Amino acid sequence: MTVDRRDFLKMSGAGLGGLALSSFESSNGASHSPEADEDHSVLYDATICVGCKACQVACKRRSNLPPDLDSEGIFDAPKGLTADSWTVIELYQEDPVTYSFVKKQCMHCIDPACASGCIVSALYKTEDGPVLYDGDKCIGCRWCMTACPFQVPKYQWDKTVPFVQKCDFCSDRQDEGLDTACVAACPTGALLSGKRGELLEVAENRIKDFPDRYVNHLYGKDEVGGTSWLYLAGVAFDKLGLPKPDKIGTISPAKLTWPYMMAVPGIVVFMTGLCTGLYYYFRRGEKTGEEA
Amino acid sequence: MTANTLVRRKNTLSFGWGTAIQAILMLFGLGLMINRWVFGLGATTALSDPRPWGLWISFDILAGIALAAGAFTMAAIVYVFNVKEFHPLLRPTILTGFLGYSLAILGLTVDLGKPLDMWHMIIYWNVHAPLFEIGWCVMTYATVMALELSPMLFERLNWNVPLKLIRSISIPLIFAGIVLSTMHQSSLGTLYVEVPDQIHPLWWSIILPPMFYVSAIGAGMCMIIFESTISGYGLNHKIPVKLLGKLAGWIPYVLGFYLVMRFLDLILTGDIGAMFAFDGPSIMFWVEILLGYVAPIVFFSMPAVRKNRYRLFWVAFLGVFGLLLNRFNVSWFQLEGAPYFPAWQELFISIGLIAFAMFVFNMAARFLPLFEEH
Repeated sequence: MTVDRRDFLKMSGAGLGGLALSSFESSNGASHSPEADEDHSVLYDATICVGCKACQVACKRRSNLPPDLDSEGIFDAPKGLTADSWTVIELYQEDPVTYSFVKKQCMHCIDPACASGCIVSALYKTEDGPVLYDGDKCIGCRWCMTACPFQVPKYQWDKTVPFVQKCDFCSDRQDEGLDTACVAACPTGALLSGKRGELLEVAENRIKDFPDRYVNHLYGKDEVGGTSWLYLAGVAFDKLGLPKPDKIGTISPAKLTWPYMMAVPGIVVFMTGLCTGLYYYFRRGEKTGEEA
Repeated sequence: MTANTLVRRKNTLSFGWGTAIQAILMLFGLGLMINRWVFGLGATTALSDPRPWGLWISFDILAGIALAAGAFTMAAIVYVFNVKEFHPLLRPTILTGFLGYSLAILGLTVDLGKPLDMWHMIIYWNVHAPLFEIGWCVMTYATVMALELSPMLFERLNWNVPLKLIRSISIPLIFAGIVLSTMHQSSLGTLYVEVPDQIHPLWWSIILPPMFYVSAIGAGMCMIIFESTISGYGLNHKIPVKLLGKLAGWIPYVLGFYLVMRFLDLILTGDIGAMFAFDGPSIMFWVEILLGYVAPIVFFSMPAVRKNRYRLFWVAFLGVFGLLLNRFNVSWFQLEGAPYFPAWQELFISIGLIAFAMFVFNMAARFLPLFEEH
């Protein structure tokens, strides 16, 4: 696992603060932790996808999501993820022969920034892999929407009591041993579900066996510490509207903030000691018992 | 001046246009807040999925809380560093700080999608979340400041028992205020550490937490000079210029330390080159650095500035402006997302909240022993 330049630069600044930030080391590629290998996972192969949008329809039906209407109230296909569309198929086209479909939904990060940053733990990572949302806990601060490296969580702006909306990986179906609605609906095999460790192998073999068909990168293996959704494609991933791999790096943002959170008890002790020490230092020689 | 004559003078201070404008803006803002609660965020703000946080977060929360750092700084100067001559500044400064935090909390009641569930943060914990720490600190620190201010009310009402009680814990309260402020002023920076790829490299840094803390102290001190000058004119109570000048003399050290941190970080990360790109962000960077930090350092170092009330005010204004611009850059201008300009409702709710804070300060100055203690 390599650390790219931007990650290295980010870390090199750490020495300055003199804070114990050493806990995120270059070697922390979460994607190969044995626990994550057992996670529910889906491999999306954009070179197989024909853009039929059966997954989109299946998703709406399973989650009872209303159609996205245009301004005249007529049904219109959503152009990207919305509060009512938890997955969409988008098309990238360079010219009539060079194009690719791409499926968007929550990536279900191994170490999700949304869950780490959520003030009330309304977003949380489950044992099996899905990142879920508890709307009853949510206070509507919307930090998850900014924190998400993929800008997945969407908001019900038009509601008086709004909730965050995003793909829940059909965790209820998965618990029953069923595939997610989108995987079950896919007629081409562009979506393949399984354990993350196995799918990593399948995907890497595909790149090895068909080097001309794919860009040489398995998206989601290392991105932001690894995601449960893995992507193979024939065109560069940033062209498909996904954040460039060297932009988001291989370290989960949650790893950057955690050392600071761990430092809080130390800061409390240090500052209390400092205040007390200075208080007596600047009153040395004064008669005690007199205040202000 | 005895307390009695002081109270009489305040009561006879006539209500002018200032108070009337405050009241009108305040009530207009309240109306808009009700409008927001009834019709929701989509109908009353310019916020959207690619721009979920706007003016209320950048201004009322981030800048508001940072500029209220004067409260704990002044408490430390008077009680920890034992510089007694600043005592007359303590109450107005802590009141301003308290109002700043009240403004942030009131801002949250419109910004949060489900404000009625705000209390959830008390029962659902997430120790990983910077917001969790910020929320708890803001809540407890606002309480601490209310307690620090309570003697003002007890003195006015001649309630001697609670007055004695609160005075007996005044030092622990001051310490708690300093510790809590250190925690959440820096945690506001920790929050943005979590979005390394979405903020321009001239603003994102792994050391945002200590930088937020130090810049809040510097700008908080500028804010003390700024607001005490305004309230001095409006309420006919001038803080001695010698005192403000002495405070101003310390500001260059704080802001200088901040600049050293900021530039050292940019050099070590190799992002320093971006400041010579002469694109939008680099120009913004220079405006922020030169006007908001370098200018106050230079001018506050001049004795001629420190002896002149008028000059002190305008240089302090630059320091406040620098902090505002910094927080706006981190949380809005240089943060990826859809282009955003606040809706007029957002703007007038923020203005209404400031008017409310000024109105409360105005009333406290008239009816409570704000500027003098018994």
